[in-house]
Amino acid sequence: MIRIEEVTKRYPGGQDALKGVTLYVEKGEMAFLTGHSGAGKSTLLRLIALIERPTKGQIIVDEQNTKRITNRRIPAYRRQIGMVFQDHKLLYDRPVFDNVALPLVIAGIGHREASRKVRAALDQVSLLNKEKQFPATLSSGEQQRVGIARAIVSRPKLLIADEPTGNLDPDLSLEVMRIFRRFNEVGVTLLIASHDISLIDQLGCRRIALENGKLQTDEEEDVVAEYVERLEVERENSR
Amino acid sequence: MTRLKSNEALRPPRKTGVITSWLLRHLKTSATALGRICSHPFGSLMTVLVIGVTLALPTSMHLIIKNARSVSTSWDSALDFSVYLKGSVTETEGRRLAAIIGKRADIESVIFLSADEALLEFREKSGFGLSLDSLPTNPLPHTLIIRPASTNTEVSIGLLNEEIGNLPEIDFVQLDTEWVRRFHAILSILEQAIFLGTLFLGAAILVIIGNTIRLDIQNRHEEIEVTKLIGASNAFIRRPFLYSGFWYGLMGGLLTLILVWYGLYALEVPIATLTGLYQSNFVTNALDFRETLVIIGTGVGLGLIGSWTAATRHLRQIEPR
Repeated sequence: MIRIEEVTKRYPGGQDALKGVTLYVEKGEMAFLTGHSGAGKSTLLRLIALIERPTKGQIIVDEQNTKRITNRRIPAYRRQIGMVFQDHKLLYDRPVFDNVALPLVIAGIGHREASRKVRAALDQVSLLNKEKQFPATLSSGEQQRVGIARAIVSRPKLLIADEPTGNLDPDLSLEVMRIFRRFNEVGVTLLIASHDISLIDQLGCRRIALENGKLQTDEEEDVVAEYVERLEVERENSR
Repeated sequence: MTRLKSNEALRPPRKTGVITSWLLRHLKTSATALGRICSHPFGSLMTVLVIGVTLALPTSMHLIIKNARSVSTSWDSALDFSVYLKGSVTETEGRRLAAIIGKRADIESVIFLSADEALLEFREKSGFGLSLDSLPTNPLPHTLIIRPASTNTEVSIGLLNEEIGNLPEIDFVQLDTEWVRRFHAILSILEQAIFLGTLFLGAAILVIIGNTIRLDIQNRHEEIEVTKLIGASNAFIRRPFLYSGFWYGLMGGLLTLILVWYGLYALEVPIATLTGLYQSNFVTNALDFRETLVIIGTGVGLGLIGSWTAATRHLRQIEPR
């Protein structure tokens, strides 16, 4: 679903947010991007959403090379991807229903069909009874669920989320992750940036660790773990 | 996820009533834009007021010229010309000529003024009496004062003037309507000046609308950014601003009409008094249907151009961060 090949992102200041990262996310996979802040998680998601373009390398999303998507076609490209943000990015001057309906309105879908889809999406995040409320009257967890409903309302095959649980307490975080899990079960590919490692471990999903803009592969981790283990064994033996 | 092929994915899904839903969407967008304008009435009123007053200036100038022209056109055919006969023409010949010309259908009356009468009149009116006495002979020729019939047009007056001027006994024809022509020339120049002025004022209105839309865009910066993130095209985001421009222009145009109508109404009594003094049956020309449409159209056109320019320029600068 996502093929990131030798991608480097250098910012005007000269620092590299990503250094030659290569990684693949399979169709139907649910994977987590982990790492400290500044490791390059957000940058990677921003490159996938074409908010920025890579300095080097290429990103292929669902067989579309993002390099070949002109600025004029970025909107149509983004409409195929569901996006969830840490700060929800809701529009506070309109009710929940209108917020969730926004992607459908942008796509020019008729009112009746849109209403049906919006209700279905709100149902999936258990907010059906709050469609007339304004986002500001909802709790942070509920607001995030509105954001998720908006991301999935047009049934994208790929959903990317940048620290979706960053502002939530553990219970709410788990709830949000369970919602993501349900989408994954019906075939949605998810790539979620998060630093909440204990939560990820609970879910038992693949972890892609970034550090200083470089990939810390599972194999590498294994190698490191093996090395540490051997050292400890040696120390034990030397006693 | 289907792969994007051409612009297929940009279009709404094909189904019955696509046009109806498109129309509904536009109606909704325009209503939303109008609601947004009404939600901050003071600022909107200022914008509409500026547009209305700015458009009212050239409109009222245009009306003044239009009326001046219609008044002066009625003068054209009513004015006399003075025809100076050659010095060799005797008084008897002159009187006969006057009688012949006076019989023409396109001439209302001819008055014969002999050289002696003319001198007498000149002596009385000019105050040059003493210096005239020192002249050995009367320098003035016999004169005919010709009043054309009121059926004449500007063109036929010109022809008549030429025809009489070509008669062998005539030395020189002085058309008293010459100053009316000059007046018309001045009106033409004024019209050109107003046209140029209108262009400048139009540019000013573009700037005003553009600025209003720019502020509006700045206020909704966050919303625009979010919509862009979700995949809205620039055209989609621009649409409500175009409708704002449309409404501002339309309301400005209507205000112009109200201002001009009110101006005419306020001037009605003084104009009636003035025309009464001249015993004229002059009727003030208000804006006709075509001119009304032009004013509304100008307002709407400027609103659309101003908002389109501003929205295109400023929306491009807002990209998700």
